[in-house]
Amino acid sequence: MKLRLSADAIRLLIPALSLTVLLAAVFWLQPRAMSYVGLNLLFNLAVPIALATIAQMLIMAVNDLDLSMGTFVSFVACVTATFLRDAPLLGVLILAGAILVYAGLGVVIHLRNLPSIVVTLGMSFVWAGLAVLMLPAPGGQAPDWVRTLMTAKPPFVPMAIVASVFIAVIAHFLVMRSSLGVLIRGVGGNQRSVERAGWSVVYARAMAYGLAGLFAVAAGIALVGLTTSADANIALRYTLLSIAGVILGGGEFIGGRVSPIGAVVGALTLTLAGSFLSFLRISPDWQIGAQGAILIVVLALRLLLNRIENREKGR
Amino acid sequence: MSALARLTRKPWIWSWIAAFVVWFATIMVTGGASTLGLSQAALTFAAFSIVVGIGQMFVITLGPGNIDLSVPATMTLAGTVALKLMNVENGMILPGLLVAVLIGVAVGIANYALIKALRIPPIIATLSMSFIVQSAAIWTNRGLRIKPPSVLADFTTSMTLGVPNVALVALLLSLLAWVLLEKTIYGRWISAIGQSMAAARMAGIPVDGVRFVTYVFCAVLASLAGYLLACFSGGAALNMGAEYLLMSIAVVVIGGTAVAGGDSNVPGIWGASLFMFLVVSMLNTYGLGAGIRLIMTGLIIISVIMLAGGRQPGAR
Amino acid sequence: MTGQALQAVIEVAGARVSFGAVKALDGVTLAIMPGECVGLVGHNGAGKSTIVGVINGGLTPHEGTVSGDGAVIARYGIIAARSRGVRCVFQELSLCPNLTVVENTRLMHRQLGGFGWRARARAIIGRSLDTVFPGHGIDCELSVGELSIAERQMVEIAMAFSDAGITPRLVILDEPTSSLDASLAEQMLAHVRRFVGAGGSVIFISHILGEILSTADRIVVMKDGRIVAERPAADFTEHSLVEAMGSVVKGEERRRAARDLANAPVVLEHAGRGLPFRARRGEIVGLAGLAGHGQTGMLMKLHAASSGDWLPRKDPAVTFVAGDRRLNGVFELWSILRNFSIASLGDLSRQGLVQADAEAERGADWRKRIEIRTRDMGNGILSLSGGNQQKVLFARALSTRAPVVLMDDPMRGVDVGTKQEVYDIVRQEAANGRTFVWYSTEMEEVCLCDRVYVFREGAIVAELAGEAVTEESILAASFEGTAA
Repeated sequence: MKLRLSADAIRLLIPALSLTVLLAAVFWLQPRAMSYVGLNLLFNLAVPIALATIAQMLIMAVNDLDLSMGTFVSFVACVTATFLRDAPLLGVLILAGAILVYAGLGVVIHLRNLPSIVVTLGMSFVWAGLAVLMLPAPGGQAPDWVRTLMTAKPPFVPMAIVASVFIAVIAHFLVMRSSLGVLIRGVGGNQRSVERAGWSVVYARAMAYGLAGLFAVAAGIALVGLTTSADANIALRYTLLSIAGVILGGGEFIGGRVSPIGAVVGALTLTLAGSFLSFLRISPDWQIGAQGAILIVVLALRLLLNRIENREKGR
Repeated sequence: MSALARLTRKPWIWSWIAAFVVWFATIMVTGGASTLGLSQAALTFAAFSIVVGIGQMFVITLGPGNIDLSVPATMTLAGTVALKLMNVENGMILPGLLVAVLIGVAVGIANYALIKALRIPPIIATLSMSFIVQSAAIWTNRGLRIKPPSVLADFTTSMTLGVPNVALVALLLSLLAWVLLEKTIYGRWISAIGQSMAAARMAGIPVDGVRFVTYVFCAVLASLAGYLLACFSGGAALNMGAEYLLMSIAVVVIGGTAVAGGDSNVPGIWGASLFMFLVVSMLNTYGLGAGIRLIMTGLIIISVIMLAGGRQPGAR
Repeated sequence: MTGQALQAVIEVAGARVSFGAVKALDGVTLAIMPGECVGLVGHNGAGKSTIVGVINGGLTPHEGTVSGDGAVIARYGIIAARSRGVRCVFQELSLCPNLTVVENTRLMHRQLGGFGWRARARAIIGRSLDTVFPGHGIDCELSVGELSIAERQMVEIAMAFSDAGITPRLVILDEPTSSLDASLAEQMLAHVRRFVGAGGSVIFISHILGEILSTADRIVVMKDGRIVAERPAADFTEHSLVEAMGSVVKGEERRRAARDLANAPVVLEHAGRGLPFRARRGEIVGLAGLAGHGQTGMLMKLHAASSGDWLPRKDPAVTFVAGDRRLNGVFELWSILRNFSIASLGDLSRQGLVQADAEAERGADWRKRIEIRTRDMGNGILSLSGGNQQKVLFARALSTRAPVVLMDDPMRGVDVGTKQEVYDIVRQEAANGRTFVWYSTEMEEVCLCDRVYVFREGAIVAELAGEAVTEESILAASFEGTAA
């Protein structure tokens, strides 16, 4: 019996490998990073990015794309730093409403057969506007419980790692193990056959968008917990970073092929890429460029692996 | 009457009407005092999104999934490098322009090379590319703010016969784009590819070549816009392209171009770009802040796409 | 109703379905009894897939009724069919390639939910696979996309026979063995016999007549939307089946005078699996066989081999007439004129600029020549009827200078009048030295060709020329197991 790696395992292999290589390189360059504090510093900002990446992944699982992720996370950050602190009940209501809006977007996009790129592009202006209304200038303050949660110091393993593992596990169960996750990915894989089996695709899309909203809200809260204050442009980079994280983690644009664990690993890799360069004493100017280069290398590797796999399958 | 009826069926007419309404509402408040100033400012600022928007429009015409996210990074890099090369010397204006164009060509080639070689969707290819280009811009810029050559600075900030020079440049480029789109074989080809890539291939259209040229064209227009914008604003800033990512897509959508591809128009880009600027000034005049303006912009984009509706199933 | 007499699981009575001018079903009555396997055969367009669509609830007949267990079902649809235990294995992949076999089982059986569904789904599909294909060796935790085509087909078949609350009573198998090897096909057929023996029903469609004869209890032969023969399988032989599928009355064929083209230069060649392909100048070469056996793929290859993807060609070598107009023919946003001129813009332009006058003139010229029924060539292409759209596509191809015209079954769903007009044009153009490569699913068109290649399972299996181009010889070559 020949050992056959499943496609999911192969999908995870490249991101895991790139993270390991990067981490090893960082440790080699800067052995002091191999400590509790060092690891926490390296991965601190990865938590909100990982959450946003999971959100983006849920939307990509139904063959859509969310261009409003960055502004939405910024919006949530502003709500967290203002309403959620000063009037917790109202803050919770606003965030719940935002999640409902996300689910509603899923419904509208499906029923009217609209391009998700354009709808979310429009929404990105709306979220940005709301954020500016709340916080015209940087300010606000993180609620204490959020601050406590994000700066907690669990024994042995730093919070950033614990949180990342926690996010990966939750998302894995939700997307890969539950019936709902199967339905959402099924819509991405072959919408017609899902319909033919008697499911409601509108429901699946609404759930995918709603869950994405939930994760994005978590991302915004986590971000404020780290930065203590918010501003309307705090997370604009997250739109592109979340897409890159999903792709890096083995997700694909269409076909419902996603991997939550991979997405978290992808987010960690992107975060680490920046630190790595600074340890190499290459100017931080190239930090974003390195993220782009890693993306390209990973995509090239994947193409190579796919080719080999196909050749084997062709027999 | 029939001429009017025909006009209302043009997809770009709505953006023009909207722009006019907003323009009128603004000058009513000020009692007509600022009419000329407002119009000139609108033309000046719209010019940049027109140039970028035309490039993005050509790419979006290629059909579902085609979009260029590297536009802002290309603008920044072209502006930065050109100003650095010109180094405030008037004699270097043309070489600077040439270098800006070359940067556009290079980014366009790299974009399509990634799309083709890695077989990845354009959105990811141009996204990865934009990371690298943005880094290159940061690296060349190094926080220095080099002033543009004086002749160029004067040219971009002054007017000819009451019309801003940058708007004239945008007009020139728009005419070129219009001829390309409406009168040439190339224009027919991109429209055909946008409607159905399979049908275009079977009709004997060199699909890869056409898409390649389109991506290069878009990047060149972005770098030209970056060159002009850097000179206009007295130096290149690292975030100078940032707002044009969403803006370039927004003006295409509001201008009545089909998001699913195959159907686009140049006048709509003008209407939409003027509209986008005029909304800002109107809300400013009414004393409303940036927040409301952004929300309204978003709601307008969503209503436009809701009215236009989705055409092809499976289109993003 | 005493229940003494056996009642049909599903009975279709007097079903009529038409798509535009084409009558896909013309009053078909078919009853499937419990415990029988019905073989369904017929050539392209005979109405097999339409009747299957009616039975599985995907299509509502315009006339006629569907009844189950003796009672007429008023609102018969996909969900009603599934709840009665009607299952269908489609030719196209109906699973989600990104999901594992177990997860696909979950999606196919809605009632499977709740905690621990994975174990239940694995047990159900595992049991079914073990029963149908003992020793299959398929890992149910692999995603479907990773399985080979044969394995996917096995999973689809096992999925149809699996029981998760609703017992399958009627399973429709549409070419189920097309990607299975002989021993797997044998296993599947054995299971069909077992299933039928236990009181289930099966509708079995296959192009391998041997399978049908050995497995079915009753064979239904369709032609032109009607059932033309219906007898116990034992009363048929392979020969009599082929005969029954052919025309009952051989009409006078519009055969063209045989032309001697042996000395004409070869303009197109292609070597693939099976016999080599070759076309000569001025020749009309037919591609025949059952639909979906590789003819369109061959045309695509021929087209790709002689057209450029990067640079425009000065002199086009081939041109293409689409059959699937929506997929690769019509540009829906454009006018008739633009749809017509797109392939010959090179001749209509100077320095890259399209000469509007020349374009309009040539459009008017061709509009007259092949009688496109429109007042204005500036009207949208979708304002035309299907047949006229097809004429525009013909005009597009014929107005180029390309010496070879590839045709991908372009006459599907086109009315008779248009067909005759186009046949005349094709003959004329061939006489002027153009080469036509014509894939057709219609026998009368194939018989117009000088030479015919018959396809089966992606390869050319027979070459017929001149007098040998007959319906019978083509059918014989299309259906395996019949000595040609």
